[in-house]
Amino acid sequence: MIRLNGVCKSFGNLEVLRDIDLHVAEGEKITIIGPSGSGKSTLIRCINALERPTTGEIFLNGEPLLASNHTQMVRMYCAMVFQQFNLYPHLTALQNITLAPVKLQKKGRAEAEEIAWHYLDVVGLREKAHVYPSTLSGGQQQRIAIARALATRQKILLFDEPTSALDPEMVQEVLDVMIRLSQEFITMIVVTHEMGFAKQVADRVIFLDNGVLVEEAPPGEFFANPKNERTRAFLSKILH
Amino acid sequence: MGGPFSFRRWARLFADYSIFLEGMGITLLVAAAALGLALVLGIIFGLFSTSSLRPLRSLSRVYVEFFQNTPLVIQIFFIYNALPYVGIRMPELLIGVLGVGVYHGAYVAEVVRAGITSIPRGQWDAARSQGFSYVQAMRHIILPQTITIVLPPLGNQAVNLIKNTSILALIAGGDLMYRADSWAANGTLSYGPAYAVTGVLYFLMCFPLVKWVRKHELRIKNRDARAPADIPPAEKAGA
Repeated sequence: MIRLNGVCKSFGNLEVLRDIDLHVAEGEKITIIGPSGSGKSTLIRCINALERPTTGEIFLNGEPLLASNHTQMVRMYCAMVFQQFNLYPHLTALQNITLAPVKLQKKGRAEAEEIAWHYLDVVGLREKAHVYPSTLSGGQQQRIAIARALATRQKILLFDEPTSALDPEMVQEVLDVMIRLSQEFITMIVVTHEMGFAKQVADRVIFLDNGVLVEEAPPGEFFANPKNERTRAFLSKILH
Repeated sequence: MGGPFSFRRWARLFADYSIFLEGMGITLLVAAAALGLALVLGIIFGLFSTSSLRPLRSLSRVYVEFFQNTPLVIQIFFIYNALPYVGIRMPELLIGVLGVGVYHGAYVAEVVRAGITSIPRGQWDAARSQGFSYVQAMRHIILPQTITIVLPPLGNQAVNLIKNTSILALIAGGDLMYRADSWAANGTLSYGPAYAVTGVLYFLMCFPLVKWVRKHELRIKNRDARAPADIPPAEKAGA
């Protein structure tokens, strides 16, 4: 579903990603972990064409992601959930969810709203349909953002540290939604610091450090028996 | 003769009130057309100044800096006195619309630029990540948010624009200020009442605009409190 060949990304002199090769099968759940500044977010932003790799290639569903086609490709395959939610503040929760289906997928308003109600139920926020984002808690905003991402029914869902900006008591409500999603046949890539989540839902855990893909393994193996020295050092710092 | 505000001077003014109303009509006409022009230019150059294309940004800079840093009166006199030497001759009202419109367009461009750049980057990220093109993102996500931010400064610009149309008096433009001044100068010498009434008329044009902008500003601010109640019942279990 997703393939990265030798992806490098630099911002000026700063090398953020170095020669990343990655293959993600359809329906697979991947979590990406690593220290801050390791390039995790940049990696999934490249998959979503929010950043252009300096060199290397990205394929979605076998098609190359190019400067000329990335808007179409992203529209066709990807949806993203951000650390800061990035809901559209001038629209209600329901309008946030229906905007892309109506404007980009050319669905009728009634159909788009039917889909929106469905996903509002999935995230458990039906009663918040008509309120503006500023009146919602962080956890609720993130759940609406997840509903917005789901409503376009893309095959690939990208999560960029979806719980990092939340107050601790709101983390679980968002994780619960994501855990439920992980039962579906959606390709999910989740950048996260939630190791419990990674253990529970990931098919594979990827460890990035300093822009290098250091280690990838199923979570059982990854956490119990990390092969690389840097992975071990990182895990010993965060798992007490 | 009496003082500048003697009864006799007021009586003359009220006898000739239609002159003032006509002038006010011309001023409103010029202001409306110039405001339209300023908004069109301001939005175009405001978008240019946030473009990723350097030539467009430079073009916008040149336009804005040139018109912001030279007096409006020079621009008007240039069109009125200098351009006829190269065969460009325009009616006074058109000069007013062009001069004032282009001048305020530069300010509106700055307002629009500031509005667009004040929208957090995350909004662009969200829009692009959903597959909105630049134009679609501008139209559906960025500009609607920008409008709420730029409305108050745009209101200021509109009020300044109305007042600045009085510069037409300097080129016999037939606007309110010109009519008032020439009416007083040509025989009646009732300058006091003429200027006082003219001031009141300008106030009547500007103040409602200020009030209107403030009302909308409040409405937008209070928007978040609104919550219509038509929530359909939840789907059956397993939704």
